[in-house]
Amino acid sequence: MSEQKPHLLEARGLCKYYGNVVALKDISAYVNAGEVTCVLGDNGAGKSSFIKILSGAHPPSEGELLVDGEAVHFSSPRDARAMGIATVYQDLAMVPLMSIWRNFFLGAEPTTGVWPLRMFDVKKARAVVRSELRGMGIDIRDPDQPVGTLSGGERQSVAIARAIYFGARVLILDEPTSALGVKQAGVVLRYILMARERGVAVIFITHNPHHAYPVGDRFVILNRGRTLGSYDRGEIDQTELVRLMAGGAELAELEHELATIKAEIGSPGD
Amino acid sequence: MPDTAATAPPADERLARVNLVATLVGRPDIGAVFGAIAVFFLFAYTASSVGWLSDLGIWSQWLDQSAQYGIVAVPVALLMIGGEFDLSAGVMVGSSGLLLGLLTTRADWNIWPAIAVVLVFGAAIGFVNGYTVVKTKLPSFIVTLGTFFILQGVNAGGTLKITGTVSIQGIDAASGFNSARPFFASTVWSPYDFKVNIIWWFGLTVAGAWLLARTRFGNWIYAVGGDATAARNIGVPVARTKIALFMMTSTTSALLGIITAIGLRGIQANEGVGREFIFIIAAVVGGCLLTGGFGSVIGSAFGAAILGMASIGIIVSQWDSNWVYAFQGVILVLAVMLNAAIRARAAGARAR
Repeated sequence: MSEQKPHLLEARGLCKYYGNVVALKDISAYVNAGEVTCVLGDNGAGKSSFIKILSGAHPPSEGELLVDGEAVHFSSPRDARAMGIATVYQDLAMVPLMSIWRNFFLGAEPTTGVWPLRMFDVKKARAVVRSELRGMGIDIRDPDQPVGTLSGGERQSVAIARAIYFGARVLILDEPTSALGVKQAGVVLRYILMARERGVAVIFITHNPHHAYPVGDRFVILNRGRTLGSYDRGEIDQTELVRLMAGGAELAELEHELATIKAEIGSPGD
Repeated sequence: MPDTAATAPPADERLARVNLVATLVGRPDIGAVFGAIAVFFLFAYTASSVGWLSDLGIWSQWLDQSAQYGIVAVPVALLMIGGEFDLSAGVMVGSSGLLLGLLTTRADWNIWPAIAVVLVFGAAIGFVNGYTVVKTKLPSFIVTLGTFFILQGVNAGGTLKITGTVSIQGIDAASGFNSARPFFASTVWSPYDFKVNIIWWFGLTVAGAWLLARTRFGNWIYAVGGDATAARNIGVPVARTKIALFMMTSTTSALLGIITAIGLRGIQANEGVGREFIFIIAAVVGGCLLTGGFGSVIGSAFGAAILGMASIGIIVSQWDSNWVYAFQGVILVLAVMLNAAIRARAAGARAR
């Protein structure tokens, strides 16, 4: 389909073994600039192994990663970041006791002055944090606030803003909405679309098809370490996505079971 | 500190709650500052007959004592904010002084190259501590406890074997001694004799506070202590940061060993043993969280001042000097409780 222009980030036939445990088997997926690829899977489907390979934390046992059509080998998350692939982890790689501005620039602090007196440019850090967060429509009271005092959605937003500020071309989001309430999750989904608008390629990893469907351009469904299918937005509707996610037959069985239980105890409201 | 308080130009109505008191209370070192003031006035009362307030000779004594605690409390506080302990920081004072003594009295070295070698030795011990902690992932409490006991044994056994006694004397006979003494062990302001180690203490405190608040490395210290995994994920060189902190600690202990050995013109084999806890108490009283990620270098200086005042104040108040330990224990427990309460209040005022 898009053979003429190589994908921004592509995984081809990734496998990952931990000893004799097969965590991933033959996974392929891709994402282009200004698109959102959702990787869906239940617990244990292999989502975290998949992210760890994409972000450079673990090498794949087999298969390859391509950036702009060229095969790459990451030996650390630093390598991946150097190529513009930023991962926002579930634990957000933020230190709760540190202020927002200290966290925002952690590991990439702007400096001023010459060596023995080279300083962390605190003024610049504060100013950038304020303007970047406002640019993303994130309203933060005080950049000196410890990150631990932010709400989950605010933290996610800061982490996403940080990745984009540092020139991420590909943004890998690990379950960014899973621990959030409905409203907070909506806020994060809005930032995902905002990042997409800015031409960032987003890989959105989630177990929630209701969060994935409104923002995704492509859906890759993992189940027990294998790809259950890969669909463009037009090829699948939300109901089908939900059904596939839950593993079709299993869901039908569950529904049947629940119906039985309900019949036994009498449905609520009776 | 030209920090926090008045920096937000576009006033946000939700900031109104965070007033000056809340900002002050949110500082980790505020408890130590008030504690130092309280202890100072306690002894001003109990030791008023000997002139606690007016006799600068007494000031000179407690400042000297505080400096001996505070010099090493600076890197110990940084290390603790970085999430680690160094229980060998006390015994290293002795090891370094003894090494200086051996090089100058047994090998007849000039004092300056001997000082250089002792500082390198300090850095090397710190590297071993840090590398072992980082590689084995054992708690630093255990690793440095091992170093502590090994060095304690070597200090005592080695000194006895080489000199036949429990100390090394005659360092002042070394060539260059008189040129080194002004830097490490001279006094200023003649009748009161303030020791030069007070200047080292203030200098190191300012340098440490600057390092923590205003450099990249300082940001990394907070991060490795606050959440090492998160720090690693975001690209902070966690192992390097921790090893550097251990090296700073034991090198500073070596500096105190040099100051002590030159000041006393000799050194006892058991010098420094027990000090490691004093350094840690100073850092904790100064607001350092035992679990890392939070604390203050300035606070450690006030913590050291509290302990220094106590050890002199109890003597000049003509109490039995054995009570010093009890006093230190009470200060430690009070400080930890106070700091915990302050932190909880600060978090409460800021959360939501």
